Amino acid sequence: MTDSKKTLVVDPLDLAAGNGLMNRRLFLNSALVGGATLATGGSAFAQEAIVGEGQEEWTLMPGDDLPEYGDVSRYEKGRVKRFVSEPVGLATAALGARTPLHMLHGTITPSGLHFEVTHHGIPDIDPDRHQLVIHGMVKQPFKWGVEQLENYPTVSRQYFLECSGNTRVNWAEPKPDQNFMYMTHGLVSGSEWTGVPLSTLLDECGVSPDAKWVIAEGGDSGSLARSIPIDKALDDTMVAIYQNGERLRPSQGYPMRILAPGFEGNISVKWVRSLHVTDQPVMSRFETSKYTDKLHDGKSLQFSLEMDVKSVITRPSNAVSLEKKGMYEITGLAWSGRGKVAKVEVSADGGRTWADAVLEPPIQSKMLTRFRIPWMWEGRPSILQSRATDEFGRVQPSRAALMAARGKQAYYHYHAIHSWSVNARGAIRHVYA
Amino acid sequence: MFMRSLLIGVLAAGAFTAAAQESRFGTPATQADIDKRFWSTYPDGAFLPEGQGTAVLGKPLFEEQCALCHGTPAERGPNDVLFGGHGTIGTDQALATIGSYWPYATTVFNYVRKAMPYTAPMSMTNSEYYSITAYLLYANDIIGENDVIDKDSLPKIEMPNAGNFIMAYPEVPMPYRTQE
Repeated sequence: MTDSKKTLVVDPLDLAAGNGLMNRRLFLNSALVGGATLATGGSAFAQEAIVGEGQEEWTLMPGDDLPEYGDVSRYEKGRVKRFVSEPVGLATAALGARTPLHMLHGTITPSGLHFEVTHHGIPDIDPDRHQLVIHGMVKQPFKWGVEQLENYPTVSRQYFLECSGNTRVNWAEPKPDQNFMYMTHGLVSGSEWTGVPLSTLLDECGVSPDAKWVIAEGGDSGSLARSIPIDKALDDTMVAIYQNGERLRPSQGYPMRILAPGFEGNISVKWVRSLHVTDQPVMSRFETSKYTDKLHDGKSLQFSLEMDVKSVITRPSNAVSLEKKGMYEITGLAWSGRGKVAKVEVSADGGRTWADAVLEPPIQSKMLTRFRIPWMWEGRPSILQSRATDEFGRVQPSRAALMAARGKQAYYHYHAIHSWSVNARGAIRHVYA
Repeated sequence: MFMRSLLIGVLAAGAFTAAAQESRFGTPATQADIDKRFWSTYPDGAFLPEGQGTAVLGKPLFEEQCALCHGTPAERGPNDVLFGGHGTIGTDQALATIGSYWPYATTVFNYVRKAMPYTAPMSMTNSEYYSITAYLLYANDIIGENDVIDKDSLPKIEMPNAGNFIMAYPEVPMPYRTQE
């Protein structure tokens, strides 16, 4: 065999430990190849190559054992990842981990890539010592552990979650942010959430007809609290215990969280342990000092809870360049906190003309919807935009219109049209257009 | 949504006057169960605890427990600025602090008591937390140095920016929406 003289090339990815210790399957591979050489060497078949000549090594040996909990390819690990901000000051935890939308497809975000914002770190909660109490303006307060909640009929629904700080850089930045999309749009993700409708638990407690709010508090080290309007609490809000078919991740509220579909993410209180039924909002730090929208006239919007209709092109984006003229697919995500996406229009000329994109079913209420449209790039400078309309006729505004309505300091609830400029060489940048 | 709320409201009203509630899998919660998990206090003073403090007592506590991250009125720290910024809201240089932005004094006590110091929340007494609250209000020119802050006086404090918040639920009002 000519292969016996082949130079040994060490792939760094095959290294298992320092000083040359390699992944054990390489040994199995060498033994296999060596054995084959021995078996054929000097025999009557020596002049004939083995049939696997030229095949990749993974085709010529059995693969790994099955792991009890699967993981991504080692080639994806470290490549497809969230952008995690640096902790500030003495804070022990980073504030945010942002979803790499430009690297993903479909509408379900893998649980490990779902965005996370935490204000006091991720608590390490023993589920046997965690209970949820509902109290206040109820006939009878009750408490439940996660195992008790498991006994109830559950609902599974796909919903987006979006931090109201998503795309905040586009409010005030004098120049468009050129980081990849996790910086502008990485605080939105989509998952299937399973839980017990909050109305089921509230009904068991007997809510007073005078109740107007339900105050949710978490068991994290900040006891984060938010006020949920009673109509939302009795509508589609759930106490979620599963995400994408498995128990919640610790960073997503293990063992139980509030999931208020379509509302700004902060109100879906993680690690929830108290629900106080009352007639007034608590006016917690996170609904006064934070998560209020500063307007140009000095006023601020408070309890701007429903996420506005919004969309963004995820491919192409500034993470890629167009290599040559020709047909490309423009695709992206659209969503509305009020209901279903009804229409997404795409422009390739900076908003002068628009065409309806194809919405990929299923189109679900308060969930990400993927849109697609083919685009022939003829090598000319172009500006790509998407504009979503929801089932109530709400249309995603231009950046100029949003700025005119609210000013530049709002920080939260930026939902305007996002623009990608493509130059004649195919390089893509984020622009304000 | 409205009809459903109305229906549930009617059902709840009926249940409220009827026999004891039952839960299929929940257990009746005791007051101790609630107290351990319930840290909310309200703008009207509901659920504020006993105890009291002043800015004079709070200043050394703040400097020892808080200033490393939050700075002082004279010097900013790495985390949220708590002092100054008066008159900046609505400008391009908005600095939202307790004095320039927060609408309720009760929120200051509530948050600091349950969440601070960051690395050791709930590690001080109610009177110490009232004192730190008093110092934060004093350093923002809202109360006097020796004003006593407790469950009765705290809800009565008027915060400078309190009148500038607009209720945006269920709908952001015009002209702050881009569409009728």
